[in-house]
Amino acid sequence: MTPHAQRAAAYVADTARMHWHDKALWHVRQKRDAAVASVPEWEALRTQAAALKAHTLSRLAEYLEEFERNATKLGVVVHWAVDAEEHNAVVLGILKERGLVRLVKSKSMLTEECHLNGFLEKHGVDVIDTDLGERIVQLAQETPSHIVLPAIHKKKEEIGELFHEHLHTESGASDPKYLTEAARGHLRERFLAADVGLTGVNFAIAETGGFVVCTNEGNADLGASLPRVHIAAMGVEKLIPRAEDLAVFVRLLARSATGQPVTSYTSHFHGPRPGGELHLVIVDNGRSALLASATHRRALACIRCGACMNTCPVFRRSGGHSYGATVPGPIGSVLAPSGDGRRYAGLPFASSLCGSCTDVCPVKIDLHHQLLLWRQELGAEGLTPLGKRLAARVGSFVLQRPRLYRLVGWLARAAMRLLPRALLYLPLNAWGRQRELPPAPARSFRAQFRKALK
Amino acid sequence: MTDVGLFIPCYVDQCYPEVGLATVKLLERLDCPVDFPEAQTCCGQPMGNAGNAEAARPLAERYLSIFERYRYVVCPSGSCTAMVRHHYRDLLPPSPLLEAVTAKTYELCEFVVDVLGVARIAGAYPHRVGLHQSCHALRELRLGSASELVVPHLDKVRGLLSSLEGIRFAELQRKDECCGFGGVFSVGEEAVSCAMGKDRLADHLLGGADVITGVDMSCLMHLQGLASRAKTPVRFAHVAEILAGAAA
Repeated sequence: MTPHAQRAAAYVADTARMHWHDKALWHVRQKRDAAVASVPEWEALRTQAAALKAHTLSRLAEYLEEFERNATKLGVVVHWAVDAEEHNAVVLGILKERGLVRLVKSKSMLTEECHLNGFLEKHGVDVIDTDLGERIVQLAQETPSHIVLPAIHKKKEEIGELFHEHLHTESGASDPKYLTEAARGHLRERFLAADVGLTGVNFAIAETGGFVVCTNEGNADLGASLPRVHIAAMGVEKLIPRAEDLAVFVRLLARSATGQPVTSYTSHFHGPRPGGELHLVIVDNGRSALLASATHRRALACIRCGACMNTCPVFRRSGGHSYGATVPGPIGSVLAPSGDGRRYAGLPFASSLCGSCTDVCPVKIDLHHQLLLWRQELGAEGLTPLGKRLAARVGSFVLQRPRLYRLVGWLARAAMRLLPRALLYLPLNAWGRQRELPPAPARSFRAQFRKALK
Repeated sequence: MTDVGLFIPCYVDQCYPEVGLATVKLLERLDCPVDFPEAQTCCGQPMGNAGNAEAARPLAERYLSIFERYRYVVCPSGSCTAMVRHHYRDLLPPSPLLEAVTAKTYELCEFVVDVLGVARIAGAYPHRVGLHQSCHALRELRLGSASELVVPHLDKVRGLLSSLEGIRFAELQRKDECCGFGGVFSVGEEAVSCAMGKDRLADHLLGGADVITGVDMSCLMHLQGLASRAKTPVRFAHVAEILAGAAA
């Protein structure tokens, strides 16, 4: 079994929790459906977004340089980082030079990908995640299980216990409003005490040098406005050419993510606030390698809305942690093997290839097709299990020979009819653990068809 | 010799001959006799989905050469048809032969509606039917409008079934969620696969289905396997069996 299949089986074993998780995310999918149904030009928007992303990626280097020039003119200090290590070093360098030790962070999957929190903590920096969901997983010493809803795997009772332990809320309290209020008070103190704020970036605009951060809690705005120093981190793929292109992406993002027409806060940054500093770290960390792949570069169009996770029947029933990657779900299973094919060879198989992800994707990434292509690439590299490769070769050998196929089919059906049940349903028959085998008729279709003709 | 070649998926040939026979019967009733070239075996999807393009490729090549001579190829499976139409081009270099054969390969209901131009089937089927939308028929062949898209409503399979007298449908809470079969997924991710199947089955039963049908016997094989293990009293029939049987 692949690591995903093992973790998924453990998740499914708790049937009640599995159904609870499935329903919670299906509810988000339904909200998304209702929101997109109110936009008659939805499919045209998706097509336009896909075209904009394809265009930008086709001349990414030029747009990055244009963006750097314009951002610098606005007073933004632009840093480049080739990988996670360099990204973390850049951030730490900025903090050390200025003696900053209390960092408030709003949601950034890029810093999760770079494992920034642990790195900074090791160097004596106090890092507080200020997105409520991220704060919950930080207190629980876990990682986000979903890129938009980091704590979706936690029940409110579990959050109540966690807050009781860390934030001294009343024992047994699980009222979401009460808990949120407690977190708000706790985080407000941290915001006021912080000397540096770190945010992610949703869109960076080449022609203006500005960037946009979308949140629902306003935590990015507090983090960027209260401390004197603001650091923003973005992957190279966040770029869009023009400000007017935002009109396409902003309409797609929140509807796809949560079913909202727009996020509560869509904040535009055009340089540091008076007396402050604004640093922007632009990170590659494997993205150029993906860009070089004619097959998989489309995955860089992802705007991290999480819709493919909410719609994925496997994700909903296996939980985000089952993927063992920073970005889980269909898009995560497409991105991860590009970084480490051996480690993540099982992820493209964690899908029934139903294609719901492809149809829900606001930028039209052909996700399920990408997963299929990954399977074949990993197979060609010898990274799929030997048994699977051998079975496919034996199957192909038989199926290229119609007479041998007929014989093998006849023998298999005879075996299914004659062998004792205990033998047919040995534990190694994964099909038969919870399912009956298909019928094994005495005569195949072709035998009956031939006879009917005579 | 007719100008319509019949492609019967390997597992239908072996396990569900009645589905193949119903396909032949339905098409004959619609004045469309078919030819069954015996050299055919499998489209190659199981190998392709298992990540072995090398093993799938010769089967794709065989399919093209076997069905080259027909004007149309009809197959009672959305998934195998989607393999031919959309995924052979991942395995084989572009060629006029590839273009021609993939373009003329049709799923059965699609062929009946789009090529034969038949919108109604005469007959009666007084049962409450749960129509399972198989994913590849829906999202790759577009036999209906997927719930994710903002497009005009379309459902070619239900359209055909609806023409039968007395038929009623089980309305589903999740109208087109995957059943969890997924080929190699059904055994490689057995736990999630079965969890998905049980949920799908429960949705059909909640809608009051007496019979669960669809264009892909593979999805039905998975659901039927779960149902008969649990001794759930519900019947399964491929769309071809319902349409051919009702017209009798």
